[in-house]
Amino acid sequence: MMAECVEEEETSVYVTGCEAAARAVIIAKPSVVAAYPITPQTEIVEKLSLFIGEGRHDCQFIAVESEHSALSACIGAASCGARTFTATSSHGLLYMAEMLYWAAIARLPIVMANANRALASGWNIWADHIDSLSQRDAGWIQFYTSTVQEVYDTILIAFRVAENEGVMLPVMVNLDGFLLTHINQPLRLVDETLYQEEFLDEINVPHALNLDSPHTLGTLISPSDNYRVQHDRKLGMERAKDVIKEAERDFLRLFGREYHPVMEYRSDDAEVLLLGMGTLAKEAEDAVDMMRFRGIKAGLLRLRQIRPFPDDEIIDAISRSPAEKLVIIDRDYSPGSGGILSQEVKTRLYDAGIVKEIVNVIAGVGGQDVSAEDMMEMVELERGEHWWGI
Amino acid sequence: MGDIIEIRFHSRGGQGGATAAKILGMAAFFDGKYSTSLSVYGAERRGAALISGTRISDTEIRRYSSIKSPDYVVILDPVLVEISDVTEGTNEDTIFLMNNGGECPLVLEDYILYSVDATSISLDLGLKVAGMPVLNTPMLGALARLGIVKQSSLKRAIRKIYADTRNIRASEMAYERVVKVQNRRSILEESEELEEEAYERLEEAV
Repeated sequence: MMAECVEEEETSVYVTGCEAAARAVIIAKPSVVAAYPITPQTEIVEKLSLFIGEGRHDCQFIAVESEHSALSACIGAASCGARTFTATSSHGLLYMAEMLYWAAIARLPIVMANANRALASGWNIWADHIDSLSQRDAGWIQFYTSTVQEVYDTILIAFRVAENEGVMLPVMVNLDGFLLTHINQPLRLVDETLYQEEFLDEINVPHALNLDSPHTLGTLISPSDNYRVQHDRKLGMERAKDVIKEAERDFLRLFGREYHPVMEYRSDDAEVLLLGMGTLAKEAEDAVDMMRFRGIKAGLLRLRQIRPFPDDEIIDAISRSPAEKLVIIDRDYSPGSGGILSQEVKTRLYDAGIVKEIVNVIAGVGGQDVSAEDMMEMVELERGEHWWGI
Repeated sequence: MGDIIEIRFHSRGGQGGATAAKILGMAAFFDGKYSTSLSVYGAERRGAALISGTRISDTEIRRYSSIKSPDYVVILDPVLVEISDVTEGTNEDTIFLMNNGGECPLVLEDYILYSVDATSISLDLGLKVAGMPVLNTPMLGALARLGIVKQSSLKRAIRKIYADTRNIRASEMAYERVVKVQNRRSILEESEELEEEAYERLEEAV
């Protein structure tokens, strides 16, 4: 009986964040994947290696000797016009640091998954946003995800944003180490043909190296020109704001799942607003519901991207809400300055002439276990900086 | 929010606790529920105490923080009762399932406790990995008997993860063999029930 041997084609599966990332990458059909394993990202590389080995997609998988080489290989391939992907985490990302800038200034549409993890000393392999936030000025578009589904969907969106002719910038899709890389959740798969035919065009890097029109990339660039190149990168980043929203609209139309630069949750009539990124900001939805049940009008703004910073969306959401108090949760810290997300939000509020009571809570760093119940207590804190647990 | 069933697994590295959490979550997913499963990872090493968890609900689960008050506690290795705080965050409604021969450890005298000899089941089937008996699939079979997931969904999930069909057999055997353990709690409950019955009879007589 032939029919019994054919496994029913699945439309949804139960997988980890890592596997979801790898599945999305395969659908986007990169020509080159170069990566080096590092906890808690390793399963992404393992699964990609497996999928490519199984022949699901014809792709050059380069097992490099370091993260610096991983990104360098992607830079080389992307400079020839190839679609590329890599994945890393924490120390691996920092080992890539100089090449991160190189990729962005060279305007190469590389897509990378980064498993957010703390930095040593004192080895810590758990969730922390400082690895990617420390690289926020490199010129990479940075997304932060909060569910296994969102990891998958955002990687699918990332290739289109990166490769947009007006953008041509690398994109980093961040997922919280262990909390999102290793959790298993239901995942709805997209129709691959629909994605390939209707959502993502063939890659076209206009400045790619080619034999018909020989030129060089990345040579000496004098003071009379360098600032122009940096300014061009700025323009690409600014154009990305609309390109991201357009891609998210198309994604909704084709695949039925809705994403925005700022995900608002019960914020319209909120008297206090929680603000955060990643899994913490997903669990915050539970905190909001519990507070509402007890008569506290709480709301939530979850940022999905920190570069380009969604200035208009954040100001619009804060302006529409009657909340006087903003509780900004940072899973990161800039010593001598403060929580990075908090600083970013305060800058936009100042520009918009809005004054709010800002509570900045440093929570979840180094994998600290923070619950919805903890977040209910955070809204009671007074203005200024607070370290959760201290 | 909604009602979430939380299951905590206590195992030792190499016994399949993390995979147990995943298989249970997948079985719930096959039942049409939403579920998440995650281990509390450390520097994993064979033999070290490990905690994993599964959450099951009819609606989306937005929780990533650790399980604080489990509805079920599953102990894959009986020695963990001695070295881990298996009752942490539990309450009088928490149900325990243990891999042992049906005896009750002192710390679980006041809890609802079920037992199945998962080690013997796997040894009888010759179901071993790296020389150690597989403990997760029989324990999951016993959990299905307690009604958390459908047995058919569990078998489908096990098949998805493990090629060796003896895992299915182990889960079926444990499904049949799991028993409620006699302890202070069960004796107390039985005597309360008897007392109630006696009162009812007394009232009837009046």
